[in-house]
Amino acid sequence: MISQDNTAVHAHRDDIGSRMGMWLFLFTELLLFGGLFFLYSVYRFLHQADFHVAAKELDIIIGTFNTAILLTSSLTMAMSITAMSRDNKKLSISLQVVTILLGISFLINKYFEWMTHINHGIYPGSNDYLSMDSGRRLFFALYYVMTGLHALHVIVGTVLIGIMTRFTVKNVITHDSYVKLEAAGLYWHLVDIIWIFLFPLFYLIT
Amino acid sequence: MDKHHSNIEHAHGYSIYVFVWMALLILTGVTVTVAGINLGALTIAAALLIASIKSYLVLTIFMHLRLEMKAFRVFVSVAILFIIISFFLLFSDYSFLGAR
Repeated sequence: MISQDNTAVHAHRDDIGSRMGMWLFLFTELLLFGGLFFLYSVYRFLHQADFHVAAKELDIIIGTFNTAILLTSSLTMAMSITAMSRDNKKLSISLQVVTILLGISFLINKYFEWMTHINHGIYPGSNDYLSMDSGRRLFFALYYVMTGLHALHVIVGTVLIGIMTRFTVKNVITHDSYVKLEAAGLYWHLVDIIWIFLFPLFYLIT
Repeated sequence: MDKHHSNIEHAHGYSIYVFVWMALLILTGVTVTVAGINLGALTIAAALLIASIKSYLVLTIFMHLRLEMKAFRVFVSVAILFIIISFFLLFSDYSFLGAR
């Protein structure tokens, strides 16, 4: 009965398998960032005082604001999938566009943040950087690598959601078949989770 | 007939998402406030605890783990468990080095 229904509408389709595949990919992302978090924890343990001093350079207000932006973008992403499942194409597209805009505003904030540090002379290879204690140097090296890699994921995520928006407009993604949108959503939420850990570990240790 | 069986009910309602979002924002506020208080060694523990609660909400609600088959939850739990195990193995090693 069931297989008959499926074959009548879709020749080969396995939404559960697709989502499981996406989760398996997310596990590899977990390893990628996990390794960096391990590095962070060991160096923070070995250079506790330096990390506390170095973290004073970061702006908690911008960091909190960016956290709120990313959490809100996760909300709009999740809601766009609900909208799609309820056959509300227009609402789903609007929510996807809002998600993309929030992702871009996160990146703009991040850009200004990085520029502030760079204007303060804190970047790998600068004289100020090289004259720091090794603990503070490690803090900023980890900060640049981890927030940089995270920002790269935000860029990839916004591009992915942009492609999904195009698919939605072109009816490749429909209320009956939206597993692609779900996969993009899973990626976006993972990026959110990584930020949930990055934020307190870099901004809130003063 | 109607839908592909894996799509049935495969999204939460809007209201639960808004609730989770508000909870996430409140927890962000809490973690910022707690960081301002000097709790010594507990500061990092509090930060990690709050981050874990936030992640749990994102995983179960936003990422639909609550709606998925049990196998998904088992897979994710095992993945997280092994991250935690390797963290503890590595960290216990380094804390002995540090005490030397």
